[in-house]
Amino acid sequence: MTTAITKVTSHISPNEQLIFERSQTGRIGYRLPALDVDEVELNIPAEFRRDDDLEGMPEVSEVDVIRHFIRMSTWNYSIDLGMYPLGSCTMKYNSRLNERVARIAGFANLHPLTDEQDAQGALEVIYELQEHLAEITGLPGISLQPAAGAHGEMTGIMIIRAFLDQRDGAAASHRRTMLIPDSAHGTNPASAHLSGFSVKTIRSTAEGLTDLDHLRELCAHGEVAGLMLTNPNTLGLFETNIKQICDIVHEAGGLVYMDGANMNALVGVARPGDMGVDVIHLNLHKTFSTPHGGGGPGCGPCCCTKELESFLPVPRIVKSSDSTFRLDYDQPQSIGRVKAFLGNYGMMLRALAYTLTHGNDGLREATEAAVLNARYIAAGLVQDYDKPFAGSPMHEVVFTDKRQSRKGVHTLDIAKRLIDYGFHPMTIYFPLIVQGAMLIEPTESVGRQELDQFIAAMRSIASEAVENPELVLNAPHNTRIGRLDEAAAARKPALRWKNETVTSAPEPQPSTAQAV
Amino acid sequence: MVKAIGLGSAEELFDSIPQDLRLQRPLNTPAALSEIELLDRFEQMGARNAGARRVSFKGAGAYSHYIPTIVDHILTRSEFFTAYTPYQPEISQGTLQTIFEFQTLVCQLTGMEVANASMYDGSTGLAEAVLMAERVTRRSKVIASSAAHPQYLEVVRTYVQHAGIHLELAPFDEQTGQSARGLAEAIDDSTAALVVQSPNFFGCIEDLQALADAAHAKGALLVVTITEAMSLGLLKSPGACGADIVVAEGQSFGVPLSFGGPYVGLFATREKYARQIPGRLVGEAYDKKGNRGFVLTLATREQHIRREKATSNICTNEGLIALAATVYLETMGRRGVQEAAKQSAQKAAYTARAIAGVKGYSLPFTGPFFNEFVVRGPHKAIDLLARLGNEKGIDGGIALSRFMPDRPNDFLVCVTETNSRRQIEALIDALGTIQVP
Repeated sequence: MTTAITKVTSHISPNEQLIFERSQTGRIGYRLPALDVDEVELNIPAEFRRDDDLEGMPEVSEVDVIRHFIRMSTWNYSIDLGMYPLGSCTMKYNSRLNERVARIAGFANLHPLTDEQDAQGALEVIYELQEHLAEITGLPGISLQPAAGAHGEMTGIMIIRAFLDQRDGAAASHRRTMLIPDSAHGTNPASAHLSGFSVKTIRSTAEGLTDLDHLRELCAHGEVAGLMLTNPNTLGLFETNIKQICDIVHEAGGLVYMDGANMNALVGVARPGDMGVDVIHLNLHKTFSTPHGGGGPGCGPCCCTKELESFLPVPRIVKSSDSTFRLDYDQPQSIGRVKAFLGNYGMMLRALAYTLTHGNDGLREATEAAVLNARYIAAGLVQDYDKPFAGSPMHEVVFTDKRQSRKGVHTLDIAKRLIDYGFHPMTIYFPLIVQGAMLIEPTESVGRQELDQFIAAMRSIASEAVENPELVLNAPHNTRIGRLDEAAAARKPALRWKNETVTSAPEPQPSTAQAV
Repeated sequence: MVKAIGLGSAEELFDSIPQDLRLQRPLNTPAALSEIELLDRFEQMGARNAGARRVSFKGAGAYSHYIPTIVDHILTRSEFFTAYTPYQPEISQGTLQTIFEFQTLVCQLTGMEVANASMYDGSTGLAEAVLMAERVTRRSKVIASSAAHPQYLEVVRTYVQHAGIHLELAPFDEQTGQSARGLAEAIDDSTAALVVQSPNFFGCIEDLQALADAAHAKGALLVVTITEAMSLGLLKSPGACGADIVVAEGQSFGVPLSFGGPYVGLFATREKYARQIPGRLVGEAYDKKGNRGFVLTLATREQHIRREKATSNICTNEGLIALAATVYLETMGRRGVQEAAKQSAQKAAYTARAIAGVKGYSLPFTGPFFNEFVVRGPHKAIDLLARLGNEKGIDGGIALSRFMPDRPNDFLVCVTETNSRRQIEALIDALGTIQVP
């Protein structure tokens, strides 16, 4: 068995300490120029000044810092190391060229409160990206201010609320229900709640699509403000009835919000605006390749119809008749500002660079490759794993542990064993409506050879689950640490280092690791 | 590959999308550019940002500080910047341990007990703090000092508009530039939190201890927000002054200006409120052999489990920028943060004193300041600063009239350790000689 295993990382120092444990009093790793003005007694009263001398902050040299982080870096899996098939996360290649663009001094050194006339190039970047995203989504009103997908969701839902309040006046107070499918991302109901809506859940059909009858039934109550729908949905299936869905919601007086997390299946092929969707957010850190960076930064543009445009956050970035760009604050219907300054600007630079280097044909080609890769995995694994929905998947495909669990091997175990084969696991236990879900999204950034290796690894794990389940249950075997006791960590959380003498490890306990 | 899965053409991949919904034409976006062409385009656009080339004294929420070279070097390590949220701890320990160190550093600087893995930025972090204060106290009124950053207050207003929270703005003292003494009297039994920024938008340092006492006397929380985190190297920590929630913009710690983002929000609170914190938390955990590692923890607060009952909708945060701040704080270390803070304060004090000596200029506020201060000039600040930029190549600060129309001649000047004496002298000379018609 061991010969088939690709080891992910290895390092001479598997136990790099915390920086605080490396700290040596008096050691420094920086030098500033000597103070070149005459030192004066500051007018800051003593009681306003620190009196702890920053006790506990690290004192280390530059090489200490470099070794510390480079060692820790080797404990991470990353896209650059191999396939990272996290469903719904779109872990595609992050171009180095885009990084270079973001570091051009004319952008990197630009203060966010620079006067418009001294920041024309920077504003042009925003304006041009807005234009391209409008074309890609078929939705002309755009704000790039939201900092991430959930932030864009909140913005979109607040826009729906502002529109309804304006359209219906006092009667809008009866329209406070947001419909959300049971397969949705958890951010959807959380964002709806933040905007003052209560949530009603729509069932999915046995085919994994929105249940139209249930939707009609919920819409009949007359309190429906809107629907939040992911398309393709989180099962990787395109909502074939999307037009009908939008019609039902519109006829009931509501609006349709689309979660754009899965736009990687649609760019250049189909546009939400043409389907009847009113507002959508995009994840530039998914579809447009800006790096995820271990959990952000993101950028979650909100795109909407002409009718909703006046509700977008301020300021809007607009082009004047003399072709200069300016910030427009004069938007009395706007929901307001959702973030200081203009949003995660560095991500906009990278996303525009992505759009321009791909070109219109390249954008579509990426979509085709992303869907083809997922379809190839679906075909490659269907013999060995339970595929709960018969429909053809788009850019991601869901399987379950139904067959393996008969031998006591569950999704978490399969995921951990995949690590031994040199792959990052897929998204597990999501969507919640599929028991033991494994959601696999290869993206366009893998070739056939690597897809074949992934399929072979998954099939090998399926055989191991039958022949040697213990091997899978105790995985991973080749990582620096084993499965961590997450339940114990949550019971008595240690959320920071403290200057105490040696913390002793608790007695070894059976793992009760939780789902992601 | 298309054939291998039994299809005749790539178009068939999209059969589940009804024909009439498919785009029947190529996207109307530009054709592909090569690397050479792309860089040329962006270099040209970058060159049209004159603001990026000037000697600058701008602050107001985004600051020019020295960034050690190794910060960006470590940031561009593939293993950090092309990793996802650390859902699989066995192969994400680099990210997890870094965040654990980040959380610790944030606690040390703010004087608090618990910090999260980061927020989008200071402004959204503040909005989340206000929502958290409502959850903790179950009270609905929030009083915010109007000497806080105007854009932060706008963001808070957007976030709370449907949350059943009544936001009240309290005036500041025209003499000192600090929150008015009357602020304490506005706090009552329905007040969830008092929100103050220190140093505030005018650069003035608030008496946090007194404000904490006033809030606590009525059972309200004190929420402190900080836009210039470098001040923590010199000023008493909000935690030591009695703050309950501290939110700071971390951009000062190794993050380029980049026209406003991505930055990183620091969020810290008392241990007793740990389960009310928004966002990710990393905690210590052990494997079966007793090896120490780190995991995402207390996830039952979060949206992917609690859905609409979650403490926040936040999912993606600012992991990579939190890494930048961590590398910065560890490289500069205890003494470097202190020295950068001290130099900023000294240079600002020197500059303020010199400007006050220029004919026609004065400092309207008497309150103590860290590295930013308001100057009142002889002309409209908008015109004065435009001339200063165009004629002398100096970005002299930010006109307050952009936020407060009733202060036409006031502008906010920020000085950091990166401003040399020569730059400061040039600013002072220019202010003395500039003519505004």
